[in-house]
Amino acid sequence: MTTQEKTPKSVESRTAGQGSWWAGIPGIAYLIALVLGPIVIIVIYSFLSRAKFGVGVKWVFSVTAYQDLFFGESLAGGRTFDPTYLEIIGNSFWYSLITSVACLALSIPVAIWMATRPERVRTLLVFLVTIPFWTSLLIRTYSFIIILNDNGPINWALKSLHIITEPITMLYTPFATVLGLVYTFLPFMILPIYASAERFDFRLAEAAYDLGANRWTVLTRIVMPSVRPGIVAGTLLVFIPALGSFLAPELLGGGKTSMIANVIAAQFGASRNWPFGAALSVLLLVITLLVLVVFAVLARRASKASGNANWESLL
Amino acid sequence: MATGPALSIARVSKAFATPEGGEVRALDDVSLDVTDGSFVVLLGPSGCGKTTLLRCIAGLETPDSGEILLRGERIDHVPVWKRRVNTVFQSYALFPHMTVAQNIAFGLQMDKVGKAEIERKVGESLEMVRLSGLGSRKPSQLSGGQQQRVALARALAKDPEVLLLDEPLSALDLKLRRGMQTELKRLQRETSITFVLVTHDQGEAMAMGDQVAVFDSGRIVQVGNPEEVYLRPRTAFVADFIGEANLVAAQRDSSSLTIEGLGAIDAATLANPEAVETGAVTVAIRPENISLAETADGAGVVADVTFVGGDIHVDVELGANRLNVRIPSHGAQPPRVGARVHPTFLPQSLRVLADS
Repeated sequence: MTTQEKTPKSVESRTAGQGSWWAGIPGIAYLIALVLGPIVIIVIYSFLSRAKFGVGVKWVFSVTAYQDLFFGESLAGGRTFDPTYLEIIGNSFWYSLITSVACLALSIPVAIWMATRPERVRTLLVFLVTIPFWTSLLIRTYSFIIILNDNGPINWALKSLHIITEPITMLYTPFATVLGLVYTFLPFMILPIYASAERFDFRLAEAAYDLGANRWTVLTRIVMPSVRPGIVAGTLLVFIPALGSFLAPELLGGGKTSMIANVIAAQFGASRNWPFGAALSVLLLVITLLVLVVFAVLARRASKASGNANWESLL
Repeated sequence: MATGPALSIARVSKAFATPEGGEVRALDDVSLDVTDGSFVVLLGPSGCGKTTLLRCIAGLETPDSGEILLRGERIDHVPVWKRRVNTVFQSYALFPHMTVAQNIAFGLQMDKVGKAEIERKVGESLEMVRLSGLGSRKPSQLSGGQQQRVALARALAKDPEVLLLDEPLSALDLKLRRGMQTELKRLQRETSITFVLVTHDQGEAMAMGDQVAVFDSGRIVQVGNPEEVYLRPRTAFVADFIGEANLVAAQRDSSSLTIEGLGAIDAATLANPEAVETGAVTVAIRPENISLAETADGAGVVADVTFVGGDIHVDVELGANRLNVRIPSHGAQPPRVGARVHPTFLPQSLRVLADS
């Protein structure tokens, strides 16, 4: 008791490893200035009018940009419902969904296989997965143009093997877009699932076998619940950036299969309609947030059902 | 009653490759018969192969050679999930995302047991390990001792032919461990399921086993009930590993045994006069079987005296040998360090050991 009384009250004890609050200030300031700031600007611009020559905005309040999202202007001046942009958003959604599912299907076996290797091999494998990050995404996406075009190695190989006589058109198709997206985002799915799988205690699998479970049951009822946090994190890390991706649809999809980001880019560029570009951005932002909320609700429900209390905390 | 052993291990060997490219023989021609309804303890230091044998019985390892028979039928090539054998793991290996009840139900679901039957069995198993009412808890909300009981209940719920226990008590503190020893014995008696338990703790082995199989470097060196392995150790390893023993160098000829400083003893009076090996031999004598008489012409010199409560440990130098002697602390004044003493003992407490 006496030793405690000697401790001056002004000195607060700190647990080892606990940070100082002021160390977070630069990061928080950065986030406010460079993430929140642009979002505020985008929202403001979306409610302004188009400038005379399309570059910049005219500071007059207008909801024209939002009307343009859903209604086309006819030559007579009236407005009719126009699903063009909704279709593009739907397309983006669809491509992102296919990308996420493909990444999941490819990543789960790979991640579990990686996690079951000896420790030294695991380190090497993680290193290999990160190799794509070493060069620019732009260059890697361009390389797909070479691979997929009519005279590229795939068509050449198929022709040489006499499987085809005419080249298969792959470049500038939705297929090329999704292929590029899967390629771009695969590591973002593998790494979080691997991180979960690596922490999995494989003695639990032995216990399940011992209790009479076969391989499939062990995978679905013991391994999967444990790697679910990684699956949730990976799906978010793939689906949301895929929704707003620009390079793959631009370079591999050609003009035909635009995704929402390409339309937004066009509004700030060739189409010279900044308020409309801003309104599209706001729409994309709202949709992304909705997806997150739906995901969080689903995740919580699923976690309650399976009795796993820890993975909704990721959201 | 069923005839023949519940579990029979015949000439099982298993080697592992080491990271350095070598080979370790974890099991070297091991044979063991386990009587139906008995409690058998596999005892040995870490790395002696006892856990490997347990894993071979469970099906988590495949022997390189030899046979494992469960009630007369070979099981060494039956996949793990089809064996009527269940394991209590050292780490408990409870499924963290399931409740206690779900953990216990898991194995029954694998057997396609009906829902009502599962519920009844889960309740019964929880009651058996005295955890009724904790079925809806998560393993992380239980103490180590309670987790241990859940692991037991989960394995026992399946009514295995043989229950395997891999160092089940090593993670518990001493008091809890004592309680669980009694508990395990009670469960074994009540269920009359054959238990095979692995431990490195000789006290635990003595307290629980009907039979104790002592392992040394991948081989079983002696099998017997606790009294047998304690009172009649076959090799120096067994004598030393189970309880404490003085291993003393001696000379044996056809009629007598000579220990340096103590003279010759009539061979017919030894604990095992039937051991007729002659020449240099090792004999074992337990510390509690030696008395010390303080005399000026004693053959030994007291090197150290340690008070440990009920006993006093006295180290005596006797020529090239060193004797560890245990005398009761309530008796006469213990000898001082440096005093000359004469060790005395009954010749039948001396055992000539076989080469291991």
